[in-house]
Amino acid sequence: MRITDFLKSRNFVVGKILTTIFCLAALISFFWTPFPVDGVDIPNKLQAPAWPYLLGTDHLGRDVLSMIMAGARVSIAVAVLAVGIGMLVGVPLGLAAAANKGKLLDEIIMRGNDLVFAFPSLVIAILITAIFGASAVNAIIAIGIFNIPVFARITRGGALSLWERDYILSARVAGKSSTRISLEHILPNVMNLLIVQGTIQFSLGILAEAGLSFVGLGVQPPIPSWGRMLAESQTLIYTSPYLALFPGMAILLTVLGLNLMGDGLRDLFDPKLREARR
Amino acid sequence: MLRYFIKKIQSLALSLLVASLVIFVAVEVVPGDPASFMLGINAQPETIAALREQLGLNVSLWERYFTWLTGMLQGDFGTSYTYRTPVAEMIQDRMVISLPLAVYALVLSTLIAFPAGILAATKRGSATDTSVMGVTQLGIAIPNFWFAMLMVVVFAINLRWFSAGGFPRGGWGDSFADYMAAMKALTLPAIALALPQASILARVMRSSLLDTLTEDYIRTARAKGLSKRQTLWRHALRNALIPVLTIIGLQFAFLLAGGIIIEKIFFLPGLGQLIFQAITQRDLIVVESVVMLLVFAVIIVNFTVDLAYGLADPRLRSGK
Amino acid sequence: MSLLQISDLSLSIGHTQVLHNISMDINAGEILGVIGESGSGKSMTAFASMQLLPERATCSGKIMLSGKDVLSLSERDLCRMRGNDVGMVFQEPMTALNPVKNIGDQVAETIRIHEPNVSKKDALQRAREALNRCELSEDRFPLTRYPHEMSGGQRQRVVIAMAIARHPKLLIADEPTTALDVTTQAEILELLIKLVREDGMGLMMITHDLAVVADMADRIVIMKEGHIVEQGETKALFASMSHPYTKALFQASSHQPERNAEIKETPLLEVKNVSRDYSLPRKKLFAPAGHFRAVNGVSFEIKRGESLGLVGESGCGKSTLTRAILGLEAVQEGEVLLDGAPVLNNRSVRRKLQVVFQDPYGSFNPRWKVRRLISEPFYLLDHPPKGIELEKALDEALISVGLSPSDKDKYIHEFSGGQRQRIAIARAIIIRPDLILLDEAVSALDVSVRAQVLDLLAELSKSYGLTYLFISHDLSVVRNITDRVLVMKGGEIVEQGETHQVFDQPSHPYTKKLINAAPKLPEDLKDIA
Repeated sequence: MRITDFLKSRNFVVGKILTTIFCLAALISFFWTPFPVDGVDIPNKLQAPAWPYLLGTDHLGRDVLSMIMAGARVSIAVAVLAVGIGMLVGVPLGLAAAANKGKLLDEIIMRGNDLVFAFPSLVIAILITAIFGASAVNAIIAIGIFNIPVFARITRGGALSLWERDYILSARVAGKSSTRISLEHILPNVMNLLIVQGTIQFSLGILAEAGLSFVGLGVQPPIPSWGRMLAESQTLIYTSPYLALFPGMAILLTVLGLNLMGDGLRDLFDPKLREARR
Repeated sequence: MLRYFIKKIQSLALSLLVASLVIFVAVEVVPGDPASFMLGINAQPETIAALREQLGLNVSLWERYFTWLTGMLQGDFGTSYTYRTPVAEMIQDRMVISLPLAVYALVLSTLIAFPAGILAATKRGSATDTSVMGVTQLGIAIPNFWFAMLMVVVFAINLRWFSAGGFPRGGWGDSFADYMAAMKALTLPAIALALPQASILARVMRSSLLDTLTEDYIRTARAKGLSKRQTLWRHALRNALIPVLTIIGLQFAFLLAGGIIIEKIFFLPGLGQLIFQAITQRDLIVVESVVMLLVFAVIIVNFTVDLAYGLADPRLRSGK
Repeated sequence: MSLLQISDLSLSIGHTQVLHNISMDINAGEILGVIGESGSGKSMTAFASMQLLPERATCSGKIMLSGKDVLSLSERDLCRMRGNDVGMVFQEPMTALNPVKNIGDQVAETIRIHEPNVSKKDALQRAREALNRCELSEDRFPLTRYPHEMSGGQRQRVVIAMAIARHPKLLIADEPTTALDVTTQAEILELLIKLVREDGMGLMMITHDLAVVADMADRIVIMKEGHIVEQGETKALFASMSHPYTKALFQASSHQPERNAEIKETPLLEVKNVSRDYSLPRKKLFAPAGHFRAVNGVSFEIKRGESLGLVGESGCGKSTLTRAILGLEAVQEGEVLLDGAPVLNNRSVRRKLQVVFQDPYGSFNPRWKVRRLISEPFYLLDHPPKGIELEKALDEALISVGLSPSDKDKYIHEFSGGQRQRIAIARAIIIRPDLILLDEAVSALDVSVRAQVLDLLAELSKSYGLTYLFISHDLSVVRNITDRVLVMKGGEIVEQGETHQVFDQPSHPYTKKLINAAPKLPEDLKDIA
């Protein structure tokens, strides 16, 4: 399959469009939203979707569309930073573990991984919140910590199979240290895996942020967040179901877009699949 | 098999020990003095001293950790500061809701995912495959708590098939009717929890089966005269189960923790309610115990999955 | 009437035509050798006969198997035919068995699938008999054995037992011994011949190795790029060799490169009493970890300009020894000296030493261009060449291995297996080493390509004054290109001497066994080629 075919593949295109829309919405929200995001306007509260409030207003009269646009910003920021933490810590750990396969360092890293795996991100968030109080930073740290073993494991797995290759032996014969080999030979060859996993963790991060904010462990008012919009809509669900509908759709479509893009990238990078499509 | 079992027991014990240490440090060391933390900044020094006495904070850290650990082993999780009742009892009351909910969701997820994944793999490339993949793609992307809210709107508010939330006062009760009422109260929450997990599981099942079907021994089986269907059931399925088991194990952790969020939507008096109250009331003893319990459950499930591997794969049993 | 008759068979996978109007037949009790290099379509012929083809494959022509028109059979009838009328043995015994089922169940399945009325007990009994016939005795290989508890050769016997359990009329063996050691290969071939004789089966023996079938096949079919180029009685075919391709194939497989490098008396590499232990995983919790001695007290030396062969089967310790010589791993006892200095952790010594590996696909980082790939050994120099100097070195290395300087800006996937091995050689010679280790360097190549690479090596040894250490499991390669040879078994060198002497008058029983087991082309035919 050539790159051009791949770029035309339907799933990838849909995914790319959805992701672009939400990234743009987030960017635009920095400069402009239809109404002020924290513009409390009690007389206009609970307006059903209609002009000029395209997606309606909430119980404080804030414009839902504006809040969704600004909420995209928070979701994306939290998820990106959490992926960043996961990669920055997890990838070097995975590389080091693979380079020292079977040795003590490998054992310690992998055991540590298993241990962190036993703490779901929600549990980490509960611990952090109980001690430091709720904030967006907590959400980032909680999701970020959860991402670390994911990246460490996938890096180690990919790296282990590469360490068996003869070109690694050639590099060792050329006198290169295992750190240098990890950076020159291993890292570029596991990059594909990391990019695919990165998009998956990105979308999981958006879901996790929404969940944490929904139960009050994440982003705090007045910063707009999709998860908290849903939490606030819960008591109004009998009278104004649209308040629950739109933020949920925003989450669904963003995550869907990222997943479709991730699948497309995996198909592109996986030589086995590419072979099969020829 | 015995050696494999012993090895796994060892790592189980080690994981539990380290996890308990991490939680202890996070809750009892990081905030400084737990007693002043729990009472807030306006507390009187005498009150703090009294609480320190009650919590047993006047001894060394190691001693406290050891007391906490041995207490837990005997089922004593300490006493809640705000409720003045043993934490073990409070947890027990909540567990009868949270644990059945997670198990219910896991069973649903497996029951949906296995047939869907197998069907999609056997009819690869067909319309059935495409629709299963499409639905699961949506299922993965949907936030489960939002799905739960939608179900409340549809099934509780509009159709009135279920109540919008709550749990029967009598709990699981004694009669069959009580039992069914409890099950009914858990049904929507369980579906909300199960659907995204079922989607993931179905996709893993499908891709694992498809991978297995390209193995050399599948060709060998076909050369013996087995039909495609026979090869799938007799040779591919059991081999494909190994990655699926891993995911099931991971999912139980998500279901138990994710249940905390779903409980909030359905006003279920489970562990979620307990822990959110504890956080707002700064009741660290309760937070510590519930977190330990959740982590304990995850580690135990992973241990069970490891044992299941051993049963599924003879290569692991012989320790290679 | 023939048992299997293939007439005008053409096969396409997608839009690529893989087989072009091929015709062949096999009679009962007859062994037909089907020979070709990779991509010749020989395996596809076998899969077409079984109708076990990839999904997008389409066949035309006719395949008659004991009176049945295979191409017109329904899938259900095909299932009745497979395993019943025709059995098949595959190349890769390590992956051909289901890892989670024991061997008894897997062999019994062939019986139970075709005879649903047979009780499980009877089926297992007959599975036992089939395994016995394949020389897997009950005391050492009970039915409850799992595949991972057996060696490659033993697993291949299980696969054969599955194939013959129902006494099929035809057996198709697709490279059944390629993945095995020579001695195991000889045993498996012997077993196949025995079974064919006992049951009066027809055998289609597919291989890339002319020597394997030379003394067992009654008739031979030679394939190239989906065509049959020649077929006939084995003796007559060898005698006439009418088709140029047959001739080329034959010459290549007994190819002898011209060598006349000058051998000096000074030793270049000295391996002195080297031993290497590996610790084994602990069996019991508190028992001390055991040790496995992979290499035990090995000593030898290579003279400058000499070409030395190191031969042994898998697990004999030659890979461990290779790593020790390359200075990648420390040894427990003894030392490895190059030009009198130890190789371990010594950059100035290591730059005199390079290596070429077996796998032309795994030897290169797929994300690097050739330029960067072959200049990697410069890392060993304190002042690696830069700019024009580097370009000159790159060009020279590429030209000397028969490639063009413009290749340096390509990626490795743009090259064929033979070309990749040339690039590997370019990488080895670029820093002008004294010694090159060739670790199975030609084993993965087709015979015709192999001959070219061997010629290249002989040429380079002269022009660059190179010394070679050939490490191989393949005796025939070593025989034609080395001055001296060492035979290794169980971590020790059991015999060494001048190559012709070791081959003509082997003294150690293991060497004799190895030489006897190696498939040979008939002596009288060699002269023709």
